[in-house]
Amino acid sequence: MSGAWVTVLKRDLLLAFRRRSDVATTLFFFLMVSSLFPLGIGPEPAVLSSIAPGVLWVAALLAGMLSLTRLFAADFADGSLEQMLLAPQPLTLLVTAKVLAHWLVCGLPVVLLAPLIGLQYALPSDALSVLIISLLLGTPALSLIGAIGAALTLGVRGSGLLVALLVLPLYIPVLIFGAGAVAASQHGMSAQAHLSLLAACSLLALVLAPLATAAALRISVE
Amino acid sequence: MSINWFKYSSPQTFYPLAGKMIPWFAGLATILAIAGLYISFAVAPTDFQQGEAYRIIFVHVPAAWMSMVIYIVMAGWAGLGLALNARLSAMMAQALAPTGAIFTLLALVTGSLWGKPMWGAWWVWDARLTSELILLFLYLGFIALQSSIDDPRRADRAGALLALVGVVNVPIIYFSVKWWNTLHQGSSINMGAAPKMAATMLMGMLLMALAFWMYTVAVALMRVRCIMLERERSADWVKALSTTAGGKS
Repeated sequence: MSGAWVTVLKRDLLLAFRRRSDVATTLFFFLMVSSLFPLGIGPEPAVLSSIAPGVLWVAALLAGMLSLTRLFAADFADGSLEQMLLAPQPLTLLVTAKVLAHWLVCGLPVVLLAPLIGLQYALPSDALSVLIISLLLGTPALSLIGAIGAALTLGVRGSGLLVALLVLPLYIPVLIFGAGAVAASQHGMSAQAHLSLLAACSLLALVLAPLATAAALRISVE
Repeated sequence: MSINWFKYSSPQTFYPLAGKMIPWFAGLATILAIAGLYISFAVAPTDFQQGEAYRIIFVHVPAAWMSMVIYIVMAGWAGLGLALNARLSAMMAQALAPTGAIFTLLALVTGSLWGKPMWGAWWVWDARLTSELILLFLYLGFIALQSSIDDPRRADRAGALLALVGVVNVPIIYFSVKWWNTLHQGSSINMGAAPKMAATMLMGMLLMALAFWMYTVAVALMRVRCIMLERERSADWVKALSTTAGGKS
């Protein structure tokens, strides 16, 4: 069972490595969106550092969402998704491997790049470390919840926009706690409550989202 | 003697039953709305703090209640449809969604009409307003997903799953938004605590809520009848309808 899990994970990572430009697109999107805000709002460091938590979190959330449609689409097109559905291993488990691969490819680079952009937004160093921790704790939930939307809209016309419509309302709690953690540390308060809630969101998503994703895949593929 | 619990779970038997029920619910909705509006506008006293402007709550609060209740009922039908593989349940969920979205919009619009004289702003980012707005997004997502999938069976099941995911998320969204920010006035009706409002005001509000309930049932039944005809257009009983009674119940 764990053999199949590792195989799916390795395969998805290998496929992502072969199409490196896809990963770079996500990253550049994140970089560009967050560079647009200072141009629109103005270069005052005080303003920028006060909007930084929200802007960085929204940009990370949108970057992760844009890559969601790729999560199952290629497997659906070449038929390997059907093989996963027929496999003796539980689909829920295979889904977690695919989501983990997606997070490693699209989520983790954004987390690693975020402090750099945080510096541009004049975030103090302790807020920067909270930003990294909050993104580390929160982005897995984004990938897990997004997988449900990706599975539901598989092969549907206009699926890219539809995924946004389905998934964004469900992202709101993660956004609130994530940006809230950074803002709290900026104001000299403890970010621990926000971070705990963020971790709780991720754990809850880890338990429930793969089940819903597997059910959605079965609905979409049959 | 055994009761056939599933007699009305097929469109063929439910279609005439729904046709018979619609006038009753529509009539009740009209009577209750007239009584409720009379009490709200003629009988209920003027609020000593908020003046006449408070009277919008007789529409606003029941609409907000309905927007939440309908989502739960819709998810219930959707879950039933998914679990029992019943076509009619999924059709009911589909029929309820637009009404729920309309009530959500009504609650938002009346809320902002009330907010302008009370708070001095059409919109504030308060917890309950924001979660009502997110509820509208959830309804729109459900409707958009259902209408973008051509195969009705897949549309039903995908929509049902989304509604269930939404229902799990609604409390999480509600509390996250609540902790995020709140300046809304505390709710006026609390279970357990004695209502702080005058009895006539409560009466008007409850009558309006009942009227909205009846309206919802009537409209959902009307819509589900249309959906049944559309989906079953090649079935014999629908063809028989068009040749005999011209579609009358």
